[in-house]
Amino acid sequence: MASSGTRTLVRGRIGELVLRPDGVPKVTGAFQFASDLSREGMAWGVTVRSPHAHARIAAIDVSEAAALHGVLAVLTHADVPGRKTYGMEHHDQPVLAWDEVRYEGEPVVIVAAVDLETARLAAARVRVHYEELPVVTWDDGIVLRHVPIRHGDQEVSAEVVVSGTYEVGMQDQAFLGPESGLAIPAEDGGIDLHVATQWLHVDQEQVAASTGLTLEQTRLHLAGVGGAFGGREDVSMQIHASLLALRSGRPVKMVYTREESFYGHVHRHPARMRYEHGATRDGRLVYVKADVLLDGGAYASSSPAVVSNAATFAVGPYRVESATIDATVTLTNNPPCGAMRGFGAVQVAFAHEAQMDRLAAALGIDPVDLRIANALTTGDRMITGQLVEGPAPVAELLERLRAMPLPPDTAMLPSDQRDLPGGLANVTHGEGVRRGVGYAIGFKNIGFSEGFDDYATARVRVSLVDGAPRVEVHTAACEVGQGLVTVLAQIARTELEIADVVVLQADTLVGSAGSTSASRQTWMTGGAVRLACEAVRARLHELSPERHVEETAEHHHRPTVPLDPVTGQGDSVVALAFAAHRAVADVDCELGLVRVVEIATSQDVGRIINPIQCEGQIQGGIAQGLGLAVMEEIQLGAGRIRNASFTDYLIPTVLDMPTVRLDILETPHPLAPYGLNGVGEPPTIASTPAVVAALRDASGIALARVPVRPEDLTTSSSSVSSS
Amino acid sequence: MRLTLLVNDERHELEIAHTARLADVLRDELGLVGTKIGCGEGACGACAVLVDGRAVNSCLLLAAAAEGHSVTTIEGISRDGLTPLQQAFIAEDALQCGYCTAGQVVAATALLAVNPSPTVEDVRAGMVGNLCRCGAYPGIERAILRLGQVAPA
Repeated sequence: MASSGTRTLVRGRIGELVLRPDGVPKVTGAFQFASDLSREGMAWGVTVRSPHAHARIAAIDVSEAAALHGVLAVLTHADVPGRKTYGMEHHDQPVLAWDEVRYEGEPVVIVAAVDLETARLAAARVRVHYEELPVVTWDDGIVLRHVPIRHGDQEVSAEVVVSGTYEVGMQDQAFLGPESGLAIPAEDGGIDLHVATQWLHVDQEQVAASTGLTLEQTRLHLAGVGGAFGGREDVSMQIHASLLALRSGRPVKMVYTREESFYGHVHRHPARMRYEHGATRDGRLVYVKADVLLDGGAYASSSPAVVSNAATFAVGPYRVESATIDATVTLTNNPPCGAMRGFGAVQVAFAHEAQMDRLAAALGIDPVDLRIANALTTGDRMITGQLVEGPAPVAELLERLRAMPLPPDTAMLPSDQRDLPGGLANVTHGEGVRRGVGYAIGFKNIGFSEGFDDYATARVRVSLVDGAPRVEVHTAACEVGQGLVTVLAQIARTELEIADVVVLQADTLVGSAGSTSASRQTWMTGGAVRLACEAVRARLHELSPERHVEETAEHHHRPTVPLDPVTGQGDSVVALAFAAHRAVADVDCELGLVRVVEIATSQDVGRIINPIQCEGQIQGGIAQGLGLAVMEEIQLGAGRIRNASFTDYLIPTVLDMPTVRLDILETPHPLAPYGLNGVGEPPTIASTPAVVAALRDASGIALARVPVRPEDLTTSSSSVSSS
Repeated sequence: MRLTLLVNDERHELEIAHTARLADVLRDELGLVGTKIGCGEGACGACAVLVDGRAVNSCLLLAAAAEGHSVTTIEGISRDGLTPLQQAFIAEDALQCGYCTAGQVVAATALLAVNPSPTVEDVRAGMVGNLCRCGAYPGIERAILRLGQVAPA
């Protein structure tokens, strides 16, 4: 029955266009997202949050709330039986605040009641007496981590020097499905938590530690995830719902509102950056000096790793003899920041690409030529001293991108009002509209860095079902929409030559798969599935109607080391991925309105595992990069979020989405299964600076901050920080 | 208040709070959880349902206001198997996480009902009320345009 002798032609292998198995339930509405779950006797949990960015808690009075009919539990910090704090790496965040609240929206009390209305009513009756404290933001914060990089000769000078300061606003992941989960008390005294997350095992550890349960008693199951983009790597309602379920003895569901979601997860770090580039007259980069400051908000989250990335990728994918980088993340009273798609590489890419354009202008060299002349390539060293061993087709990506055709200049001859900036608002008929073109390239690490062994586990079982072999793939890897369940099945079909593959729901009943982040899951869990399949394949002769064959395997990537704390040198990253972008934008220079017409991209994906999903990842990443360029910012005033809604925090609609022109390069990565590489994050890195470069080209304004606002683009208000 | 709602051609006699939103009644009272709530203020379109054939954000509509009208949810649209539009969504991979997808299908169903052969610009204008944070817009556009191409002349 198995694939001895002639190869059977099982369809749905890697490289083929395979449609996602969760497509049907998603288009019919039958797919169960975490917010859709229910159980008999289910209660609802809600969170009482701090209205202040920084305050001392003088007293908490829950008596009135607890007395309300239908209320099942009202819990404070005193009711947390285990560890009172949580955090992925640093356990610095209170499960429920006790002495102080350090950001607006910090959880203080949780309530469970028989229905949502009662729970909300009770929450409103919780009395917390606060004494406000001074609000600390930005460089008044406490340094959480400073990453210096001292690469090459530190006493260098150059013939041509350009400098600039740049700023990136705080971006929100804005996944559409809010934080949700259902905690069900189990007969063994433990808990079954069904939750939308990116990393089941890191949640499990934190839930167990704070509830006082053992890991075995703390079983997590992935519920349908309505997008993630980094924002679900940290715990939100997981511990709270578990505590309420254990206390009330009932299944407890928690679903955040949209406003609450803005407080309920970490955001992309806002950044303030000062750069100086030195080059020879003929355009060779001599040095880069950069000071990068990230505001980490109130708690650590993954800030130490984000700032490490900001330092490591601070100069972009270029060869440079000397680099002096100081990247710092501070703790403040702003909302906590952590993982978001691109993870530290996004902020610095905005600065280093603006600098490359500025340098090209100072030298009188074409900006793409300047990039190509300094392009990093295999065999070069990064500024961390690490040798670039894998593919680094920087010059090739830029050459290919430049060779792609440009879109027709519709603004000159508008066939449709909707093709103009402002669209149906009918504010222009083409007068005052100028077109700009901008290029950018970026790179980042794939997988976790600095010594973290983020392995993945897979269990693969083959059994005979009605005489035909069926494969079951069981992992804890989180499908968040990226299409992991599709590619894991493709890998199993490829390895086992068996068509019938079922990817089981992810849970903690199998070993960790690590996080669905760092563009790592196809590589890592895909790699584990491949290994488990190989082990199963070697034993397929044992398969009989009475006997299944099952193997579990772990995939580990090559080891990495932490950056040296003084020099910032070290082989800290597993692998790199690269993408280049060219944006074409029309700008109404009188009104500051923008229409991004097209974004072309050239990206090296190693090997395409599923073409339509690969394209979808690239298009989606570009949409988020576009959002950061011209729309998206959590607006803060003294630590307070001023726009915690989709009416006030704007994300791209279909009308904002430009045509995306794709050129996908496949340079096999020697370290990865099948030569693949991470795909999800590179599209968000250089798309933002490419759009802003196009806006600069159209408007002639330097634009040192994203998101670019209409008032930044009108010539009358052009106040620009410059060298 | 007592209320009679016609949902997916079925009549439901309900006792609800007069402030209840249609989205909550559909999800919590009728168990029709295919309708999603993304923002709760009409900005994202995840909760779109058909009311007398027009796409409406059910988070903005009081359930009481739907009395006397015919409400169709994603479950109603899917009742007789996948529609050609849903098949096109799958074929074009017009989704990733899927949270917005029910609303997208509802809005596109309404769009195609009045404009069976939309242009790209019609699709973009017609779907502007439905956010997709995964950015599957190119696939969504292709899926809807595919329907236009196969629509009867």
